[in-house]
Amino acid sequence: MTTPTAIESQPRETIIALSGVAKSYRRDSLVIPVLNDITLNVPKGEFLALMGPSGSGKTTLLNLIAGIDRPSAGTIHVGGVDIASLGESGLAQWRSRNIGFVFQFYNLLPVLTAYENVELPLLLTKLSRQQKREHVTAALELVGLADRMSHYPKQLSGGQEQRVAIARAIVTDPSIIVADEPTGDLDRVSAADIMTLLARLNQEFAKTIVMVTHDPRAAEKAHTVRHLDKGELSA
Amino acid sequence: MRVLKLVYKNMLRHKLRSSLTVLGIAIAVLAFCLLRTVVTAWNAGVESTAADRLIVRQSVSFIFPLPEAYAERIRNVPGVDMVSWANWFGGVYIDKNQFFARLGVDADNYFAVYPELVVPPDQLAQFKKERNSCIIGSQLADRYHLKLGDLMTMEGDIYPGQWEFVVRGIYTPRDKVTDPSNMLFHWQYIDERMRKESPGRAGEVGWYIVKIHDPADAARVSQQIDALFANSQAETKTETERAFQQDFLASASAILTAMNVISFVIIGIIMLVLGNTMIMAARERVREYAVLKTLGFHTFHLIGLIAGESLLIAGIGGALGLLLSFPMTAGFAEAMPKGWFPVFELEPITAWIAFAAAVMVGVIASLFPILRALNTRIVDGLRQLA
Repeated sequence: MTTPTAIESQPRETIIALSGVAKSYRRDSLVIPVLNDITLNVPKGEFLALMGPSGSGKTTLLNLIAGIDRPSAGTIHVGGVDIASLGESGLAQWRSRNIGFVFQFYNLLPVLTAYENVELPLLLTKLSRQQKREHVTAALELVGLADRMSHYPKQLSGGQEQRVAIARAIVTDPSIIVADEPTGDLDRVSAADIMTLLARLNQEFAKTIVMVTHDPRAAEKAHTVRHLDKGELSA
Repeated sequence: MRVLKLVYKNMLRHKLRSSLTVLGIAIAVLAFCLLRTVVTAWNAGVESTAADRLIVRQSVSFIFPLPEAYAERIRNVPGVDMVSWANWFGGVYIDKNQFFARLGVDADNYFAVYPELVVPPDQLAQFKKERNSCIIGSQLADRYHLKLGDLMTMEGDIYPGQWEFVVRGIYTPRDKVTDPSNMLFHWQYIDERMRKESPGRAGEVGWYIVKIHDPADAARVSQQIDALFANSQAETKTETERAFQQDFLASASAILTAMNVISFVIIGIIMLVLGNTMIMAARERVREYAVLKTLGFHTFHLIGLIAGESLLIAGIGGALGLLLSFPMTAGFAEAMPKGWFPVFELEPITAWIAFAAAVMVGVIASLFPILRALNTRIVDGLRQLA
């Protein structure tokens, strides 16, 4: 990790702010608490790793930040927007413009080529065909897979699939990337490549990254590591 | 890439499953079209009727004859423009499988009462001159390669003996529902022979055709005609031509109703087949739909994907079924005993109904998978096993 410069050491604006956030699920008649009174501020350009045992609520917290789940209590401001107050349609639109999501199991559509998978988020924009092509090509070049555009996911290795997934996550140039166990299904070498890529996105392209991981080696790339245990965030 | 391309690619994801579903829909549409065509063909007789024609028949049964002498009395009933008659001949032409209507008719007036049987005037004039001549329908001429001047020999059954007829005219049907396969000859030809060979059967006709001036007068004229012959040896039943044809269909109404019901049951079956395919597909793609929602795809995108795929499968199956229906209908008509259904072709309305049914099936079959996809929360969908 590089040493912060004089500019970087100045206080950065908060891009993600959670205050008093709680989340519980209902299973039949049971109410299962998952998160309890979470307060979290993530500055712009931060690389945050969330760690904790299974069932601690890491993925739930990530889902709340990404806007794919709603809190039972508290407020969540991301990029200045109170996302809990948005309707489904507004939230979907907000996600498409502000969040890039990287899943553990890549979640590429098997019937689409690498190019078409990366292009998916751009279908929601008004970009021309040429502009879409430029964005997709740039994203695939960044992850080092420009020569695999026409390959289907089954023709790629696990590490390559994850890189395509990362290209998909960044093709709309979102300010925030959320990654849920991005190296969880990869071998050591591929995992290291992915973490290098994420670190590069953070350092060179100033992406704010919130990552859930079990892997201490992955967490080493992050600026900050926070631990979750039984729904509570420790310092 | 457009969303439509994803719809197409999704359809090809399981080629065998999609192919079998398309084939199932095609076969169901084909069966629907054939059944409806049979029902339509059966009803063609009713559609070919005219509002200003009445049929006078023996009140006990159509198979009993009426005296020829009734014609003049019927002619004098107010409101009657013209009277003609016909008699069922039966007989065998070539072999028993060659079925078509063979009628002895009142040569002077029959074609005036049935203007939809279009005969060139010179042929009609020649027909009227020769007692043993006949006029045949254009379909009959094509089927047996008959032309003017050819001889048709028949073995009589109702009227025993050998009968020879010279083709002097070929009529073309004016309307699509008009039977193009009748053989019409002089009633006098039969009557003259009956006077010699079986005098007790002379002077008898099968039924009268009465052309009235005003269709609104049908009920009154019918009653007056029947009143003329009440309490006679041969009482009459007079009714509109439409009612007369419908009486024929009444005996087959149970079969026709069953066919109607079955044709729509078939549509229900393919709806279930396609619905099953779409539910299986949706179940496999729960996670993918969750990913699409994560990426920001809206409700209408998912509806478009699922309904689009369902409609594409239904549309291809429907189109294939329709394409097959035309040659199958023609083959069916060819394979049936000749003359069973003189008019047997796939009507445009039947084709449209079949295709519309396939489209409706595509829409309805997608409803449950759509609801499921929309109601599954993103986090629950992402938890599904890939």
